[in-house]
Amino acid sequence: MSAPTQIQSERRVLRTISGNKGLQIEEPLIFEQGMKGRSGVDLPAVPPHKDRLGALKRKSDIGLPGLSEPQVVRHYTKLSQKNYAIDMGVYPLGSCTMKHNPRLNEKVARLPGIGDLHPMQPISTVQGALELIDQLAHWLKTLTNMPAVAMSPAAGAHGELCGIMTIRAALLAKGDARKRILVPESAHGTNPATAAACGYEVDPVPADDRGRVDLAAFKAKLGPDVAGTMITNPNTCGLFENDIIDIADAIHEIGGYFYCDGANFNAIVGRVRPGDLGIDAMHINLHKTFSTPHGGGGPGSGPVVLSAALAPYAPVPYVVHGANGFDLVERNGSAFGRLKGFHGQMGMFVRALAYMMSHGSDGLRQASGDAVLNANYILAGLKDEMTPAFPGTCMHEALFNDEFLDGTDVTTLDFAKAMIDEGYHPMTMYFPLVVHGALLMEPTETESKDGLDRYIEVVKGLAKRAKAGDAAYFKGAPYHTPRRRLDETLAARQPVLRWKPEAPKKAAE
Amino acid sequence: MRYLPLTEEDRRAMLAAIGVQSVDALYSDVPQTVHLTKPVDLPGFKSELEVERHIGALASKNLGTGSCPSFLGAGAYRHHIPASVDHLIQRGEFLTSYTPYQPEVTQGTLQYLFEFQTQVALLTGMDVANASMYDGATATCEAVTMANRVTRRSRAVLSGGLHPHYREVIETHGKFTGFEVTAAPADAKGAEDLSRLIDAKTSCVVVQNPSFFGHVHDLSDLAKVCHDAGALLVVAVTEVVSLGLVTPPGEMGADIVTAEGQSLGVPLSFGGPYVGLFATRDKFIRQMPGRLTGQTVDVDGKRGWVLTLSTREQHIRREKATSNICTNSGLCALAFNIHLTLLGEAGLTKLAELNHATASRLADRLSAIPGVTLFNETLFNEFTLALPKPATEVVEALARKRILGGVPVSRLYPGDASLANLLLVAATETVSDEDIAAYEAALKEVLR
Ligand SMILES: Cc1ncc(COP(=O)(O)O)c(C=O)c1O
Repeated sequence: MSAPTQIQSERRVLRTISGNKGLQIEEPLIFEQGMKGRSGVDLPAVPPHKDRLGALKRKSDIGLPGLSEPQVVRHYTKLSQKNYAIDMGVYPLGSCTMKHNPRLNEKVARLPGIGDLHPMQPISTVQGALELIDQLAHWLKTLTNMPAVAMSPAAGAHGELCGIMTIRAALLAKGDARKRILVPESAHGTNPATAAACGYEVDPVPADDRGRVDLAAFKAKLGPDVAGTMITNPNTCGLFENDIIDIADAIHEIGGYFYCDGANFNAIVGRVRPGDLGIDAMHINLHKTFSTPHGGGGPGSGPVVLSAALAPYAPVPYVVHGANGFDLVERNGSAFGRLKGFHGQMGMFVRALAYMMSHGSDGLRQASGDAVLNANYILAGLKDEMTPAFPGTCMHEALFNDEFLDGTDVTTLDFAKAMIDEGYHPMTMYFPLVVHGALLMEPTETESKDGLDRYIEVVKGLAKRAKAGDAAYFKGAPYHTPRRRLDETLAARQPVLRWKPEAPKKAAE
Repeated sequence: MRYLPLTEEDRRAMLAAIGVQSVDALYSDVPQTVHLTKPVDLPGFKSELEVERHIGALASKNLGTGSCPSFLGAGAYRHHIPASVDHLIQRGEFLTSYTPYQPEVTQGTLQYLFEFQTQVALLTGMDVANASMYDGATATCEAVTMANRVTRRSRAVLSGGLHPHYREVIETHGKFTGFEVTAAPADAKGAEDLSRLIDAKTSCVVVQNPSFFGHVHDLSDLAKVCHDAGALLVVAVTEVVSLGLVTPPGEMGADIVTAEGQSLGVPLSFGGPYVGLFATRDKFIRQMPGRLTGQTVDVDGKRGWVLTLSTREQHIRREKATSNICTNSGLCALAFNIHLTLLGEAGLTKLAELNHATASRLADRLSAIPGVTLFNETLFNEFTLALPKPATEVVEALARKRILGGVPVSRLYPGDASLANLLLVAATETVSDEDIAAYEAALKEVLR
C-alpha cells in the first residue's frame, strides 16, 4: 500500500480515548456484553405441569448472553448507524433496483388479520388473504400479459428454479428432458447456477459488440437437445434485447422454452409486456420492481409468470375461485410439486399490492419512464468524463467500463471506495462480467433531479481526480467510515464465522 | 404521484440534457409492435388512505390468530414478539439497505449476521451456521443436496415425522435435479425405525425433532447408524423455541441442522417471509450453501466483518456454485437475532418452559375429553390428538366458534383415511388459562 496521505496522518493526531469518533460509536458483540441471568423479556411464572420431554431435557448451557431491553435497543441502534441505506441517499446499485420503500407498505403488512394469520387456518377464515393473493396475481398477469403466475418462490433465484423446473416438467411430459440451456455470458450468476442445479449443461452465449445477445451465435447453438434459454431483458448491461422476438421464435422452433430473468422489469412496467415478446416464464423480484424492502439481503419474493404452454406445470399451492369463495390448491396431481413451505411470501405480497395500487396503472408507467429517464440523465451527465460501455441510450441503468481509468492506477474498486467517502453507496462493480471493470449505475425513479445533479457532480469530480494522478487517495479510500478497507483474504484463509467464548476478546486491535 | 420526485419541468430539462424528444424515444430498441402506447387496463392511482382502506377491508375478512384463542402449529407458531424487535428492524438503515457487498458501509448488517450465525450455532449445538436461507423447508432441501455433495451419493431417506411440506420440497428437487428420495410413511405415533431404509447409497437421513406429530426423539442411535453407513444425519427443527429446553441435535450427532426460525421475532404472516437456519460442522464449511459472514480486520487493524468464502456462491462460481441462492432472509434473521438477544439464556429457557407447560396442561385437559386420545408420550409444545370425528369437520366447527383449534393432519396428508381423525394442536406462551378453558368447552360441545 502507498505512503500515508496527509489525511491519514491527521487521523492519527485526532485519535480519541474511547476509539469512538463522535457519532461513530464502537459497539462490541452481544456476546461481549452479556451477563448471566439478565434478560430483556419478562415472562410469567411457569405453572405446574407434567414434564413430557422424556429424557431429552437439555443438560448443557446454550451460551447465550443476557442483556436488558435498553442495552438491546442501544446495541442495534448503534449497529444500524454503521449502515448506508436508501433512506439516506442515492443507492445506485445496478441490477438491484434500490428504490424508495414506502412505509405504508410496512403498515398494511402488519395489520391484524394479515400479519397474524397462520398459514394452516381453515380456508373459511382466510378468505381476505386469498383474495389479496388473487388481486396481486391479477396485477402481475395483466402487467406481463401472461395467463398464469406461480406465487410461491421466495426470491428471484428461487423463481428461476421454479421456471427451469417447470420447463423441465413440460419437456419430461413430452418424454424429452433435453440437455442444454443457453445462457448469455452477461447473465447474473444465479442463472447458470439454477440451470446447473436442474441438471442442465450451461452453454454460454457471447454478447455482440452492442451488448446484446449475439443472435447469429445464439442460433448456431440451437439444436434438438436445447431445453431452453435464460435471458435477462432488459439485460444486465441495461439494454433492451432488440432481437428478443426473433430469439423467442428461434427457441420455440426447436421445441425449447424461453425463460426471462425479470430482475430488470422495473424499466418496462406498463410499457412492454413480456407475454407479447414470446416469453414462457419470468420471475418478478417484488423486492426490486415493486418496492418491498431489501432488508440487508432479504427476504424477497419472486413470483413467476407463465405462458399457456407452461401453466399446466406450475407448482402448488395456488389460489382458485371455488364454489364457496376462494380456495387454495395445496396438492394436485401436477408434474411439479412444491417449492417452498406454506404459500409464499405473503408479507411481501401485501407490500407489493399496496405499492401497485398507490401508483395505479398510469403511475406504474410513469415510474418505469422516470427510472429510464434518470438512468439516461446519469449516462448523459457522466459520458464525457467516464466511458460508457456501449454507445447510445440505455434503459434503467447506465453501464460504464473502466477505460476512463486507464493509466491512472485507480481500479473500479478504488473508485467505488472513494464514492463511499462522498456519502454514496457505490454502484455495482465488476458486473456484468462481459464489460471490463464494469461500473453499473441504477438510480431508479425515486431520485430527484437535484439529487442526481449532485451525484453526477461528485462522480465526475472523482473521475477527474483519478485522471489528475491522485491514485494514492483512491487506494486509501474510504477514510471516513467506521471501518476502512477490510482484509477479505484473511477472512477467507482463516475463516472465523462465529464468536467463541475462548477466543481473545479483540483479535487484532 | 407521491413516490415520484420528478416534475414535468424536470423531465423536460432532463430530456433536453440527454438530447431526446420524449421518454418514448428512450425505448427505441423496443420493437414497435410490442411497445404499448397507453396504460394497461388496471385501476388508477390511490391515496394512502384509500390503499389502507382497501387492504384493511381484505384483512377484516380474515380471522387473525391475535383475535381469538389459537392453537395452530405444524411448522409455524404464534409467539409474542417484544415491541422493540419490530421497532428496531424498521430502522431504515436496516430495512432499506442491500446485501452487505460493500463492508465499509454495512458493518451494521455484517455484525448482526455474525451474531446471528453464532446464536444459531449455539442453539443447534453445531460449529457454524450461515447467514440464513428462505425458510425451514428450503434450508432442509439444501441440506440434502449438500449431503449428496459431501457423500457423493444420491439417495435421501426422509422420516415419516418430517413436515410434509419439507418432504414435498425435497421430492420436487429430487425429481428435477436428479437424486432419489425414500420417504417413510407418516409416523403419527413416533415409533418408526429408519435403520432398515439406510444403505450404502444413502447420502443422508432427514428427521425432524420434535417431529411433525410433536414427538421428541433421542437421535443418538440413529446418528450412529447413519455414520456407520457413511451417511449424514440431517435434523430439521420447525419450532426453534424447543431448543431452549430440548437437547440440541448437535449433541446427538447431527451433521447438519436446519430449522425454521420464524418462532423468534417473525410474525406468522400467512406463511412467509420466514427464515431458514442452516448449521453444520466445521469440516463441511466449504460445502455449505448461502452467505457467510466472517471476522477480519481492516487496514487500521480494527476488527470488522465481511461476507466470506464466496467462492462457493453463484456470483463467483456460477454453474459450479453450491446453491443458486442470492437474496436470503436477512431482515427476518435480524428479527430472530434481536428477539433472541432480548431473551438471552435465561429468557429463552423460561420461554421454552412456559411453552412446554402450557402444551402439557392443554394435553391433559383435552385428552380427558371422552373419545379423544393423545398420541404423544413426549412432546414440546405440540401434540397429536385422535378425535372421534374427522378433524377437518371439528376444526371448521371450532372456527365458527372463533377458536382456531389446530391443524388437521389430513390437510397435509390428503387422501390417507387412517389419518383423517388426527389433529395437531400447539400451545405457546400466548395461550392463556382462559383460552384453554374455552377450547376444552368448545371441543366438548363440537364432539357431543
Ligand atoms: C439480473 C439478476 N438476476 C437474478 C437475481 C437474483 O435475484 P434474487 O436475489 O432475488 O434471488 C438478481 C439479483 O440479485 C439479478 O440482479
